[in-house]
Amino acid sequence: MIAAALAIVALASTTAANGPLKGDPRRGEEIYARCGACHALETNRTGPRHCGLFGRRAGTEPGFAYSEAMKRSGIVWYERTLDRFLANPMGTVPGTAMGYAGIDDAQERADLIAYLRANQKCPK
Amino acid sequence: MSFLLFADSMSPPLPSRRTALVLSGAAIALLAGRDALAQGDAGKPEDLQILNTALGAEHEAVAAYQVGAESGLLQKPVLDLAVKFQGHHKQHIEVLAKTVEKLGGRAAGPKAKYAFPVAQLKTQADVLGFAAKLEQGAVSAYLGAVPLFANRDLAKAAASILGDEAMHWAILRQALGQDPVPAAFVS
Repeated sequence: MIAAALAIVALASTTAANGPLKGDPRRGEEIYARCGACHALETNRTGPRHCGLFGRRAGTEPGFAYSEAMKRSGIVWYERTLDRFLANPMGTVPGTAMGYAGIDDAQERADLIAYLRANQKCPK
Repeated sequence: MSFLLFADSMSPPLPSRRTALVLSGAAIALLAGRDALAQGDAGKPEDLQILNTALGAEHEAVAAYQVGAESGLLQKPVLDLAVKFQGHHKQHIEVLAKTVEKLGGRAAGPKAKYAFPVAQLKTQADVLGFAAKLEQGAVSAYLGAVPLFANRDLAKAAASILGDEAMHWAILRQALGQDPVPAAFVS
């Protein structure tokens, strides 16, 4: 049992080391439901909105009160930076208001990022 | 089976003010970390941040249920159920705020304005679906917060709130005609 678990962890590490995984936005939509207490695509809520995220410098969405840590992070959001942040938000940006342990599964992160990528158009 | 019949049979009487106060006191004792906090084991600064983020989401949930309650779309006894769930979130706020202050922080308050998709809420089912999504998100948010707390009493208390949110989510799913417990684990 323990050996099997270790094998799964090793496989996940190998997969992550081989570069970004191809994400499925349909599965990503299901994963995005986990974010629903704080986030929405089109409106700022407890967390900032996610439309228009790609290419945006972290901490700059108008009308949202970010933590100082996020504003100073220097991150620009793309697949790779999102992947790193989503794996460990508080480790990647210490002091972020996003008190969430992160998504361990690399495929789930890829799916979620694919969903976000597919929903970048903000309402006028 | 009509949801209204279901809700009628599932909805227990609302607690009396005295019961609510007793439960609230017990919850505060749970979340306040009792001995650990008294001994100065207040965890790390991150604990305060996590609690305040949870507090912000709880304020938003209260506001969302208020939108639902005032929409005119919820019929009794569904309306009573929504008000009951909103009351739980208010109790979470009370406990979280007191804990933040006990730890030396400043409790986050509600926003002046929330942006909810009110134009998309046209039926009772729309309101219930909206609430279900919020509750599902709350379950995930607390699940993601529990392992981060340095103070294990805070982790225990967050898990207690998680359980309450999960019950809300399950009942709302049942009301919508969905499988109330779709999986053996939440994520």
